[in-house]
Amino acid sequence: MKPILSPVANTGRKAPTGIVGFDEITGGGLPHDRTTLLLGGPGSGKTILSLQFLAHGARHCREPGIFVAFEESSERIVGNAESFGWKLAGLRKSKLFFMDAQPMSDLVQSGDFDLSGMLAMLEAQIKKMKVRRIVFDALDVVLALLPDSAAKRREVYRLHEWLLAHKLTGLITAKAGGDEVSSISQQTFGFMQFMVDCAVILSHSVLNGISQRNLRVQKYRGTSFDENESPFLIGASGLEVDSTRTQTRINAKVSTERVSSGIARLDTMLGGGHYRGASILITGLPGTAKTTLSGAFAEAACKRGEQTLFVSFDSDPSEVVRDLNSVGIQLARHVKNGRLRLASARTITGSAETYLVRIKTLATEHKARCLVIDPMSTWSKSGNDSNTHSVAERLTDWSKANGITLVCTSLLDELSSRSAGDASLQISTLADTWIHLNYLMQAGERNRGLSIIKSRGTAHSNQVRELILSDSGVTLADTYTAGGEVLMGTMRWEKEGAERVETEVAEVAAKLKRVRLDAEEAELEVRAKAVQVELVAKQVEKALLVRTTESLEGALSRGRSRMRELRGADVAIPNRRARSP
Amino acid sequence: MSRHARFKFRLYIAGEAPNSTRAAANLGALCRDHLPDRHEIEVVDVFREPRRALADGIFMTPTLVRLAPSPVRRIVGTLSQTEAVLIALGLDAVPA
Repeated sequence: MKPILSPVANTGRKAPTGIVGFDEITGGGLPHDRTTLLLGGPGSGKTILSLQFLAHGARHCREPGIFVAFEESSERIVGNAESFGWKLAGLRKSKLFFMDAQPMSDLVQSGDFDLSGMLAMLEAQIKKMKVRRIVFDALDVVLALLPDSAAKRREVYRLHEWLLAHKLTGLITAKAGGDEVSSISQQTFGFMQFMVDCAVILSHSVLNGISQRNLRVQKYRGTSFDENESPFLIGASGLEVDSTRTQTRINAKVSTERVSSGIARLDTMLGGGHYRGASILITGLPGTAKTTLSGAFAEAACKRGEQTLFVSFDSDPSEVVRDLNSVGIQLARHVKNGRLRLASARTITGSAETYLVRIKTLATEHKARCLVIDPMSTWSKSGNDSNTHSVAERLTDWSKANGITLVCTSLLDELSSRSAGDASLQISTLADTWIHLNYLMQAGERNRGLSIIKSRGTAHSNQVRELILSDSGVTLADTYTAGGEVLMGTMRWEKEGAERVETEVAEVAAKLKRVRLDAEEAELEVRAKAVQVELVAKQVEKALLVRTTESLEGALSRGRSRMRELRGADVAIPNRRARSP
Repeated sequence: MSRHARFKFRLYIAGEAPNSTRAAANLGALCRDHLPDRHEIEVVDVFREPRRALADGIFMTPTLVRLAPSPVRRIVGTLSQTEAVLIALGLDAVPA
């Protein structure tokens, strides 16, 4: 039995476009030796996409290309693309050919015509340059000149056949009002969409005043692809498409490695720190030290020697450095040695999608292993709320797939903060660890409390800790519970003081008792000694007595026997003797 | 425009393509009718001379270029809509 091949394995060759994200969506690029149709409205980025495709092929794939410009003059196209840094001028010598095919303004059209002349010319050029890729930009312009739809169809077929016969990777762009929107040439492009092997639609819309660019692969024969609309933006070096990379997400390596949160006590609370590649959400009211916590994380990451990106939506990079310096988090030197990149997202305008793509590009450029976004909740303000959640989701997916540890903060509104679970972006369900910061009002004080609401796959402390900021850093302290209330700040300090005194008193008392016992012991010991000495004396006395008695008796008996000898008396029976008077 | 100016035409065709054949026939008839003895027609087959067509910026076939009298005019197509072609070539004022 033949093994079932995965959809990626049995696909034909791909022609990489070099466009960030696009090659991921299509599993490698445009279909090689096949034709792709690129549809989109005016200013949707068709020309840029096709130029990037050609430039990448010419520079990196040894596939020279031809650009047939039906609309704009090649000089203008090259000039406009200058800012992307593709250095087209250098490629134009032998690897990239521009053919100006704009109908002249004074051109008179009389009756039917065809494109076979152009194809003949292109053929000559293809042979000369060994061309592998070709772009027909704005084919609709020339098709519009054809007298009837039959002629349009005929020319499109001619072009398609020609492309296939020459085994060229073709890209035909045409203006269409985006997705399934009626246009004059709708019919023509309708059947073109059936004909080609791959169709890509670019759209540009404005939602609540926020510009949104989307790319969608409508069809791609013989390959699996991401069917959803993917946001993209026209960045400094061309198109940047945001791919969700659902496939890589599944294959993402799950790490059991722990990374420090930057605060020793917090690491203990989390059972050793965050998992590498985890997403951590820090929520809290304004001023609850969310930035400080994320700053501590960034500093710890830099100290471990990991590339870190810190995106701030609130303040400028220099402000972040200064502000965090006041709580003992020194970021300046890490910025200087290139470990840490501080980016101010205030300069980015656009939708949440734009932010996402920008952040991803920045992170990729910086090879970031740790990423901080402070605060993420700004996104929901910049336009469509509906999008923001999916953006947040994609960011966490993306960072997971790349093993990037993500810390994002989210501001909770004073009003909606009644329930801490109501994080505006709903990232709370996506985050692996959710740390909540809040104020505790007590005895005229506001103190910061930290609690871990959840932490996946980790035994974590469920105690509220007090967060103390000082110029030497961030520390966590135990809180005291008394009478069902958590004590913090001064009250905790007082309680601590009272406890300290209590301990001291107890210690002194114990010491005193010990001394007393020592004395008693000593006394008893002395007494025991005295008795012992007395005992010895008595024993000696007794022994002496015994000895004296023995010697006396000895002397007596000796004297008696001597006397008997002297007398010569016979042995008398002592008893009788004794009885006789 | 001089009444007796000579007309110089160059017709770009794509081999034996039906459009091109028709254009050549239409042009021939037009010149016979309107410009007897004062026209020149050069026919360029883009299949045979692609480089030349490329240099001339011709990408649709058939294309007729009026080189003289100036200014240069271009007409794309089979040249079948006679009235429009005559106006475009400036022949409407020329007496038959």
